[in-house]
Amino acid sequence: MIARIAATLLACVLALPASATIEIEEVTSPGGIDAWLVEDPSIPFVALEFWFVGGSALDPAENRGATYLMTGLLEEGAADMDAQGFAAAVEGLAASFEFDSYRDAVVVSAQMLTQNRDEAAALLRAALTEPRFDEAALERVRAQVVSIIEGNARDPGEIASSTFNAMAYGDHPYGAPQEGTLETVAALTRDDILAAHRAALTRGRVVVGAAGDITPEQLGQLIDGILGALPAEAPPRPGPAGFALDGGTTVVDFPSPQSVAFFGHSGIARDDPDFFPAFVLNEVLGGGGFRSRLMEEVRVERGLTYGIGTSLSLADLSPTLLGQFSSSNALVGEAIEVVRGQWAEIAANGITQDELDAAVRYMTGAYPLRFDGNGRIAGILAAMQSDGMPVDYIENRNDYVSAVTLEDVNRVAARLLRPEALHFVVVGQPEGLSPGN
Amino acid sequence: MLRRLALALGLTLPAFMAPLAAQAAGEVAEFMLDNGMQVIVIEDHRTPAVTHMVWYRTGAADEPPGQSGIAHFVEHLMFKATDDLASGEFSDIVEANGGSGNAFTSLDYTGYFQRVAADRLGLMMQMEADRMRDLVFDPEEVATERSVIIEERAQRTDSSPGGLFNEQMAAALYLNHPYGIPIIGWRHEMEGLTLEDARAFYDTWYHPNNAILIVAGDVTPEEVLALAEQHYGPIPASDSLPPRLRPTEPPHIADRRVIFEDERVATPYVAIRMLAPVREPGDQAEAAALVYLAELLGGSGQTSLMARRLQIEEERSLFAGAFYDSTSVDPSSFSLVNAPVPGVTLEEAEADLWRMVETFLEEGIDPEHFARIQFQLEASEIYEEDNTQGLARAWGVELTAGLSVADIEAWTEVLAAVTPEDVMAAAQRLFDDPATVTGYLMRPPATDTETDTTEVSQ
Repeated sequence: MIARIAATLLACVLALPASATIEIEEVTSPGGIDAWLVEDPSIPFVALEFWFVGGSALDPAENRGATYLMTGLLEEGAADMDAQGFAAAVEGLAASFEFDSYRDAVVVSAQMLTQNRDEAAALLRAALTEPRFDEAALERVRAQVVSIIEGNARDPGEIASSTFNAMAYGDHPYGAPQEGTLETVAALTRDDILAAHRAALTRGRVVVGAAGDITPEQLGQLIDGILGALPAEAPPRPGPAGFALDGGTTVVDFPSPQSVAFFGHSGIARDDPDFFPAFVLNEVLGGGGFRSRLMEEVRVERGLTYGIGTSLSLADLSPTLLGQFSSSNALVGEAIEVVRGQWAEIAANGITQDELDAAVRYMTGAYPLRFDGNGRIAGILAAMQSDGMPVDYIENRNDYVSAVTLEDVNRVAARLLRPEALHFVVVGQPEGLSPGN
Repeated sequence: MLRRLALALGLTLPAFMAPLAAQAAGEVAEFMLDNGMQVIVIEDHRTPAVTHMVWYRTGAADEPPGQSGIAHFVEHLMFKATDDLASGEFSDIVEANGGSGNAFTSLDYTGYFQRVAADRLGLMMQMEADRMRDLVFDPEEVATERSVIIEERAQRTDSSPGGLFNEQMAAALYLNHPYGIPIIGWRHEMEGLTLEDARAFYDTWYHPNNAILIVAGDVTPEEVLALAEQHYGPIPASDSLPPRLRPTEPPHIADRRVIFEDERVATPYVAIRMLAPVREPGDQAEAAALVYLAELLGGSGQTSLMARRLQIEEERSLFAGAFYDSTSVDPSSFSLVNAPVPGVTLEEAEADLWRMVETFLEEGIDPEHFARIQFQLEASEIYEEDNTQGLARAWGVELTAGLSVADIEAWTEVLAAVTPEDVMAAAQRLFDDPATVTGYLMRPPATDTETDTTEVSQ
């Protein structure tokens, strides 16, 4: 049977679909807000995604956590509705709204039934433009945030990433967790929340993705209705975050049978001409598939971890190449050596043509499958605009990936992968790991 | 914020929009191959992709005594060599075709899936059929992979106080039934799992007449049937497939308590679990009423009784909710959870939970609240249609729990037919002198003061 499988494989590889099949319409609302739409009336609802670019990095240092807390309060009462009244109204329409805060954006994901779309949009408008920030709700959500901060302080994965960020970014907003600290959160006033709301949610820096049962005209009106009352002017964003972390190992003592290792160094910007070779390189090194170098060497060959991955982080203000895994305290030292070894090996000798071909086949084949479902499509459309991609990117993206040559990848590997700059933060009680190596 | 808090506590929110069940299956076809393999096809032509799944009616609750974790271990080994494919080649070929895939093991089922371009369906079936009977067990691979599953346990369970607590709660809830044994396995038994154990489990359960093929996406039932007959059809049925005979629970005549202390606990909470009936073939009404009960009592983070009273009005809880799992082979559990605000003890939080149950039984159901839940259930059919992969998964869970296609298709109507009186009656039955397990997840008293347990050295 093996010969048959190989033959089928080859035939199939030649026939891979070239690109995604969705059609994006660029919509400008009567009020001047741009949106991308994939219209599909087959299911009677629409998914909307709003990315308010800026995010929690806009917080002043003394108010760290304000945007995070503000975002949590958006579902806690608006206009003439208190928290319960608002929730009951949303439930009564079977709509769903999610409000999330990130370093670079506040993200609002909404789903609305066609049968009551206008009423649902009115509720979302109220949440975004007339939030009440009632004192009772503020105190309740503040207590929830405090609980989250205390949880993070006892979560080895969170300790690892926040330690890494603090060492890499220092006083830049990227250096502190967006939830804030117990001290800053305790000190936040209602006025601070109002200021965070004014700064984070603006018409001037929002991107909109939509997918589902709605026409371009209806979408334009819907967006104006939801966002129209927000201020146009957006405050300045912080400057680039310099990456100040040198190579080495930092051990944070934590009582656990397993250690979490969080590692990385600076990366490559989205608009760098070498971005696509780097993108393919990361796929081979530690990308999403089961067969990356690191999965192969650390998990499959040696059984040192359940999973390991790396990613090119495209944070707006500091691109990085990051990775993470967990290993038992007795094994983590060996696992780190294997990771460092692969880093050095690929930097010096590159990857093979087979590895490149397999990665390109996977990346180009998987891409069109990503656009399944209104919710996912709306999210992808918003993310692309936030990254500054042109609307024909989806059509051309697989060509960019396919155009990457072995020479490109290996040249970029030598530039991007710097084993001596790789820093590991290890949280746990690792055996035989000296902090300074 | 409640969503994030609940996640941080290791709780899954009873979110309504999460697929409750395979309700909305617009176009679903069912076949049976001659060898007894069941085939389900869910059409969705919006994206040129398919999800291909093979589910086996076996899981952790079907393991031999002393071999906890073997069902999950076999799931891992299924990605190793067969007589035709080298170790790891299965995933290589899936990925080389732009697909992605994985597998999962639960108490009642083990499932394998790939998501690929629709024209790769035959290739996926060819490989999945190959490993149904032709897996090769290599001693070195078995030893390395056993280390991987022990690392998985360390990551998911041993590194998580909530994970360890849930394991202890289940063990206390089930005196005799294997639902009390963790899916991942007890560590000391995992360390002793052998190649022979894995092969025996595989040979017992991995047969077409114990498998369900589910294909969802851009295909027609005719195409799927033809490919299934080609690839799975030639595999002979097992004539020695054992019945899923499981030890049953004796009457629960005593309440039990679990006190679990761990210095990594950030937010202490109390959980109360009690056995609850599940959807039975031809008889799903009681389970449907309990779905409503969990929503009314502790579903929404704002409008459920527990959230309204304990979180908002009295400000005694950070998070309070109710959970119910309606779909499994044997009785599951109904749970109440309360994470109190600082200053309220776990004893008081436990009393608050029972006070909410009494309040519910006394005050009854607000008709408007009931109508909102009914409408949301109705609307969830529309939203679920957008997530074909989720639908396919829901069908697998329901079929491996022993429900028929007719039961699954009737579930929407059964839910719609529930009345407030039905819910009150179900609540009376559930809460009438239940034998419970009450658990406290807390920090040891000595470290309860705000000392920083972490120390940084560079």
